[in-house]
Formats: sequence, structure tokens, C-alpha cells
Amino acid sequence: MKTKLNTLTLVKAIELLKNKEIALDELYNDTEEAVSAKNPELNIYLKINEQAREDAKRQEAFPLAGLPIAVKDNFLTVGLETTAAANVLQGYMPQYESTVTKKLKGAGGVILGKTNMDAWAHGSSTETSDFGPTKNPRNPAHLPGGSSGGSAAAVAADMCLAALGTETAGSIRQPAAWCGVVGMKPTYGRVSRYGVVAMGSSLDSPGPLGKTVEDCALLFTHIAGRDEHDATTNLQPVPDVLKTLKTGIKGLRVGICYLDHPNIKGTVVDRSVRDAANVLERLGAHVTDVPLSDQLEKGKILKHDYAIGVYTVVQRSEVSSNLARYDGIRYGNNRGAFGEEAKRRIMLGTFTLTKGYADKYYIRAQQVRSLYIQNFQELFKTFDILISSPSPSYALPIGAAGGDPMFGELQDMLVEPSSLAGLPGISVPCYRDPQTNLYLGLNIMADHWQEEKIFRAAYAYEQVAEWNSWKNP
Amino acid sequence: MSPVTFTPNDVVRIAALAKIPVTKTEETSLAAGFTTTMTVVEKLMELDVSKIPPASHISGLENVFREDIVDESRMFTQEQALSNAKRTYNGYFVVDQVLPGE
Amino acid sequence: MYEPIIGLEIHVELKTKSKMFCGCKNDPFHAPNPNIYTCPVCLGLPGALLVPNKKAVEWAIMLGLALGCDIAEVSKFDRKHYFYPDLPKGYQISQYDQPLAIGGRLGDVRIRRVHLEEDTGKLYHQKVDGKPATLIDFNRSGVPLVEIVTEPDIRNGEEATVFLKKLHQIIRYLDISDADMEKGSMRLEPNISVRRGVRPLGNSRSDPDGGELPTYKVEVKNINSFKFVRRAIEYEVNRHIAILEKGATPPQETRGWDEDKGVTYTQRRKEEAEDYRYFPEPDVPPMRFSRHQISDVRSKIGEMPEEKKERFMKKYGLSDYDAELLTESRGMADFFEACIKEKTLTPKTIANWVINKKVDPKSIKPEALVFEILKATTVEAVPEETIGQAIDAVISANAKAVADFKAGKEQSFMFLFGQVLKQLQGKGDKQKIQTVLRKKLTE
Repeated sequence: MKTKLNTLTLVKAIELLKNKEIALDELYNDTEEAVSAKNPELNIYLKINEQAREDAKRQEAFPLAGLPIAVKDNFLTVGLETTAAANVLQGYMPQYESTVTKKLKGAGGVILGKTNMDAWAHGSSTETSDFGPTKNPRNPAHLPGGSSGGSAAAVAADMCLAALGTETAGSIRQPAAWCGVVGMKPTYGRVSRYGVVAMGSSLDSPGPLGKTVEDCALLFTHIAGRDEHDATTNLQPVPDVLKTLKTGIKGLRVGICYLDHPNIKGTVVDRSVRDAANVLERLGAHVTDVPLSDQLEKGKILKHDYAIGVYTVVQRSEVSSNLARYDGIRYGNNRGAFGEEAKRRIMLGTFTLTKGYADKYYIRAQQVRSLYIQNFQELFKTFDILISSPSPSYALPIGAAGGDPMFGELQDMLVEPSSLAGLPGISVPCYRDPQTNLYLGLNIMADHWQEEKIFRAAYAYEQVAEWNSWKNP
Repeated sequence: MSPVTFTPNDVVRIAALAKIPVTKTEETSLAAGFTTTMTVVEKLMELDVSKIPPASHISGLENVFREDIVDESRMFTQEQALSNAKRTYNGYFVVDQVLPGE
Repeated sequence: MYEPIIGLEIHVELKTKSKMFCGCKNDPFHAPNPNIYTCPVCLGLPGALLVPNKKAVEWAIMLGLALGCDIAEVSKFDRKHYFYPDLPKGYQISQYDQPLAIGGRLGDVRIRRVHLEEDTGKLYHQKVDGKPATLIDFNRSGVPLVEIVTEPDIRNGEEATVFLKKLHQIIRYLDISDADMEKGSMRLEPNISVRRGVRPLGNSRSDPDGGELPTYKVEVKNINSFKFVRRAIEYEVNRHIAILEKGATPPQETRGWDEDKGVTYTQRRKEEAEDYRYFPEPDVPPMRFSRHQISDVRSKIGEMPEEKKERFMKKYGLSDYDAELLTESRGMADFFEACIKEKTLTPKTIANWVINKKVDPKSIKPEALVFEILKATTVEAVPEETIGQAIDAVISANAKAVADFKAGKEQSFMFLFGQVLKQLQGKGDKQKIQTVLRKKLTE
């Protein structure tokens, strides 16, 4: 049977197109076929770009060769309705383009469609979308994770060649883990937030999701870099991560974290990360355990229990502020159209900023945040990368969130500490349950601006491990 | 207002501040939800942060400015500016009359 | 018996070319249509981010320095939250606990702080489809605003007017704003309270003793012109006194000034202060100023009105009154000094002429005014021979000017003429002198 071209990796497809071994039109045929066949059930795309093929024709000569990319619906895209999966923004046609999608198009990428997400990115399951949940392509009785659930699922289902998502704390890596794909969160300030519906201003980071580490690395190089419209983007030169990608990890100092937490210890998550650690060791890395601590201690990692509180307060405070502009006057619908989760977060965030409580909660949360920043600063003097799991479990069944007011923040507890510090990370598949077809991910984190290290380590692991379903079909 | 337990009245006050309409049922369910959420937050009180500055800016940057020049490329036409509004009139956005405020 | 405690809050629109956080044109007053100077940022669209205008920050610092303030080493912006249709983001970007400048003084009035923020859109109330509606124009949204807050050192309407005139003059000297109250580029709100008891004579106005402190404060809005500041304050103070006499306390609130009726009216009761839920603006990194940078800005300020007046009095021997008038605006002062530079007339002569004839510096060039004064001044007769000698002396002493004139520079004629008059100490028939001079030059 002929390979369906939508199952190619981004890098491979570019190569084959260049050598004229395949035709772009055919690839679009196969991709669109997959979308028509599976989208009604999986609810991955909220909107399909009718002009995709047309756009592709003009993009063939560029680096991304006109290939179809799925874009999370919180990126503003001119000509395509952008809703952040929220009723409040239903029908919103952006008057300007986000910097990242502009860069994507400039590099030859084509937006195939806008993917489903937790409304306003509030969540870790895509269940809070006002337009219905997305199902996990690996096992449709389960959630894809969130908030970039649609993007992760689009990759897993071969309904695109790669995808863009955003992460505040886990929203790229957790759905990537749950869908068995690769997802990467750049350093805060590495990629422009201009034109992305804001959630947590001091946390948000757009990033790539893909079938392989190399695919993500390629996308990363095209979307990263300073933006004059985003004052929080850094002048740090973007490392050529593709250049060093395959140079191996001999001598890399690796620290294992969070596995000694009572919730994780002895579970399959624990085992999968340890197995991955062993692989890294065989590849030449030096692996050490980093024990948990309940205070700031040299050589130990501050337990994430506090990070949940910090993240909840800081994120919800920023959310309450960022969503204040939605009054239905200049665009969108009025505030009565907010979904339950959005209401919850806005209101709690409002509370934590009110007079009399801001000192107790908001300021204190930001102080504890400094503790985490200090902790990582110290750890990265001794380690090149830290590894853990991006999630405490497999993808949960549909309905698991069940209106739990803390679901999102609890699911993301293992990534909250590093996200609060603005650190980069990547999730690569590191286990698959043969019964359920559900995946676990390995979360690799590094210091600010060290994306080069995480890509290199992730690639080295991915090449010898058996969990990448495109390398090991 | 007790920070640990929320009452429906608390919810009403917060909802007014946040300009979020809430139903009577929501007043109760949200109150319970906030109480649960804040128990997790209360954990932050365990740590001694007396000597730690709050981390309000994560970018590590300072003094990021733009020059005082008009950027025509980003400016909207009136049509673009109004294009997503439900109510407009003679080039203006429209709302029901408001009382003098700020 | 009663002492008014008055503080002022003044907002000044900076006349930068572009807005505070985006590159939109900053010209709301002259915009031919509504909503034509907007962009994602000042329209508050989803995903918009901000980058601060360097010039606006610099000008705000300049104003702070000119008002004798200390400039913060570290400063930042904060979000101030409230809902109102003219506020597109649902928060205004302002400065809360780390303003650009604090602790200055202008005359008897201490300045509490000077900070930078963004302006809101503008609202218009009218009927649309038969129903009362409010129209919104965002051309003004995002325009840089400097807010100046004084300590409550002002005691009456007269003092307030004096202060405002001085402040207005400084702002015009710095050329950072038109500060036109009628056009809305300068707005002010007095905060007024009245307390029982009077401070002992000799105590400064910042002493808390001498009477009970007022327990309330009334903010007055909608004062649209300098002329009305005094009236509004006087009216309000009397209103408070009347209430206090009855043994009651004026309610804490915001009131509007009605120019036509000459009264204030209730706008909004403020039981408790509004909760703005301030927190540091995460999208804009903090600002840090070195001593070097601040002195750099200071060097751009130039001579301020007080300084200039002192200097004019000293250097040109002018009276306080004359010096005040001649330094009323930078334009006038520069014009006056340009006239003096002509070295033809005494400063006193020029001053008298300019002041008495109410000369408008924008209507005439300095050289031309000097010439005009010369022509008009009556003189003693001088013998023709003396005139001829003076002219000869000037011609031989100013070879270059002569050559220039011969080459076609009429300007040089004026110069030579002036030199002749100097020689003759201003005496002689001007017409005649000119004729002879021209004749001798063209020989």
C-alpha cells in the first residue's frame, strides 16, 4: 500500500518535495482526506483554511515548502476566524496577524486550520473549549490534554505535518505527552507573544509540536527571535539548534527530578522516566538524582507543591487582567458569554489582586516564585538538563476534569516550577501502553536560552528509543 | 471576608468587580470552588519569604523603548477598526448611554 | 475658623508624534474623523502588546526635574483596573508605587509626584436610533499623559490659579505639550476639603498640627478653563463651610463643575475608594536610569522661567515687572534677546517698546523691530559734517560689511546704519543719514 503523504515527517516531506519525489498537491489530497475522515469524530480543527492549497502553491520555494501546519486557535490569523475556542470571540476576524504566524508564512508554512483548545487556554484537557472537547487520536475515549490539545492531536492523527501551540505551564508539553508526539516550550522571551490571545503574560510562550524532535527544531528556528512589537522578547541570538542537533550528549550532566514525590514514586511514570535516564546514561550522559526538598537547599529541587499555589495565583491574576478587555464593544460578545472555567479563573484572579489580599496572595506568590527561580539558577550550575515527566499520569478519560476547580493546575504541577522561572523544555514520547495505546512523555528542561541542549538531548534519546510512532511505526 | 471560606456574598462582590454576571446557583458553586482552590494557595504561607523580592518581570530585560515615530504600517483604517463591532454609528463604537464615570 | 486644604491633580497630554505604547499618530484633537488613529495596541485587541515611547519618558522626567523632583532610579508601569467604555483594555497603564519623579516644589506648593500613563478614548453622548447612547472614539486612546499630583498645600482659589499659571508656563517652556485646557491637552481636578481650626501663625502649611485633619475629600471634575478654577474652588469651599457650620461633614464624592450655573453637582458617590487592583505591568520591562542619563535629560531643559527672569533683571537691569512680562514665554524671551543681539539699542529701550506696544514676537523679525524702533525715535539735529564723518569712520572700520553690501547683501546696510547711529549716539535725521550712507557706499 502506498504511503499516505500526510504521515511523513516535516523534514522528510521537505526533502522529498525538493527532490521532486512527491508532489505538494498529492500531499494536500492525503491530508485533507485524513481531516475529512477523522475531524468530525475527533473535533481537532475548529476551522479549516479554504485557501490552504492556493497558499501552498506560492510557498513551495521557501524553507517550509508550503507544507500544512496546524495552528492553535489563540494565534490571530487574518482571514481566519480566531476564537481561542471561546464563545466570547465567536465570529472574530482579526484585523492583524500574530508575529509567529507571520514568520511561519514567511518561512513557507501554510496554515491548514485553527485547532481546538481549552477556551482561553484555561486548562489541561481541551474539555473547557466552548466548542466541545477534542478526542485523543491514540485512544478516542481519552483526552488529548491541553490547552494545546487540538494541535497535539492534529500531529498525532497526521492531520498536519506539524503544529503550533502555546504553553503557560504545560500546555504544549502535557498534550504532546498525552498524544504521543513531541512538543517544545521555548524560553520565555524567545518567541514573540504579539498577536497571541494573552493568558498569563509573564508565562506564555508559543512553541512547536511535531512528529519528531527534528521537526520541532526546524519550526523553532523559524519562529524564534526578537520582535519589536513585544517588549519582553530578548535580543539573545537564536541558537542554530539544527546544527548541533545530532552531535550527541557525551558528558552531558543530567538531573532526575520530582520522581520521589509520593504521587509519582513507584508508578509507571516513575519507571518510564528512569528507563529514559538509563538510555541517556548509555549515550554518555552523567545522570544523578536530584532529591525533593520542602525548602531552598543546595543540590535539591524545591517541591512543586508550592508551585501550584504560585502558579494558580499569578496566572489567574494575570488572566483576570488580560480578559478585562472583552466587553463586547469593539469585538466579540459580552462577558455573559464566558464559559464556567473562564468565569472561575477571572474571578479568583480578581480576588487575589484586591486591596487587602494582593499583599497576602499576589505579592507572596511572586516572592515564592523568586525562590523557584533561585533554585533553578543554582541547579543549572551543576546540571545541563533536568528530566522528569510533564504529567503525573497517562491521558485521562474524557470527562475526567469533571468541573474540578483546580484540574488544570493540578495536572500541570510537574511543569509549573520551571515554567514560573521561564525555562525551556521539551516533551518526547518515552513509553506506550500496549493495551490502551496511551503514551507517557519525558520532560527535558534546561536553563534560560539553552534550547540547544534540550533539542540535542531529546534527539539523542528519540533516535535509540522505540517510542516515536513515525520512526517506529 | 475570610480568605479561607467563601460565601455566596463574597462571590457577588467579586463578580461585580470583575464584571461577570453570575446566577444564584453559580454564586454557591463558585463559592465552594474558590474555597477549594484557596486551600491549595494557603500552602504558600508555609514558606518564609520575608527577605525575597517579588519576581514581577521574568524577561530579565530593562529599558526597552521605541523611538517616537509614527508607524503607518500598523495603523488601521476606520473600517478595520470598526470591523468587528456589533454596534457602530458614523465611525464611532456605540454602547447604551453610560453615567459619568472615570 | 476654617482652613481649606486643597491639592491639585493635573493631567497633561504630551505632544509626542506617536502614542505612549504604539506608533499611532498622536493628534486626537485635529483628527478629521473618529477611530482613524488606532492599531491593535490602543484599540485593545486580543494579543496586543506594548512598547513604551522613549520620548514620552524623557519628557516626563524633564518635567519632573523642572519641578525640582527626585527622579526614581528604578521605575515601572502598573495596570490600573476598572471598567469603562473608553478604556479598551479594561485597565489603564499607569504608575503606582514607583513613579518617575517624586518630591518637588513649585513656589509654595510641594509636588508629591509626577508619573506617566496613557489616555483613554473619548465619549460622546447622543441619541442613536431614538435611544440614549454613548459614542466612543479611540483616537485619543493611548496618548501619553503626564500626571502631576501636588500635596494639599493650596489654601484658596487664587493660590491655585497662581500655581497653575506657573506650571503652565513651565510646560510651555519645555515645549512638551500645548497644555491647552480648552482643547483638553491639560486637565485638572482639585481635591478639596475644609478643616476647622487654623494653623498657628508662622507654621508652614505642611504642619499637621493646628487643627483637626479633614476626614473627607471632594474631587471636582469638568473645570475646562483657567478662569473657572478659582470660581469652582471658591464655590466648593463655601459649600463645605456651610455644611460644616451645621455640624455635618460633606460627603466624600466626585462632583462636576457646571460653568453656566456656577455650581458643582454630584457625579458619583465614593463610599470607599475604588479598588484598582494594581499590579506591575508584565508586558513592559522595568526602567532604570543612571545618574548620567538623568543629567543628560537635565541638560536638555534649558533655562526655566524663574532663572531667566532673574538673569534678565541682573543682566539687563530690568525691573521685576518688565522681566516677568518679557519671560512670559520662551518665544518672547528669545525674541527680546535676539533684538538685544543686534547691538543697536539698549535693552531698556527695547523692553519699553515691546511691552508698551505689546509687540507679538511671531509677527516681526528682531532685526526689523530694531529698525522700526530706530526709525520712530525722535532725535536731535546733527550737523551734516558730523554725519559724514561718522559714516566715513564706520565704512573704513567695517570693510567686510561694506563688501557684503556691495555684493548685494541689504542686511549689511542695516548693520552699517546701526553702527553709524551708535557713533552718533542715536542722534540725527535718520532719513538723511540713510541717504548719505547709501550714497557713500555706492560711490
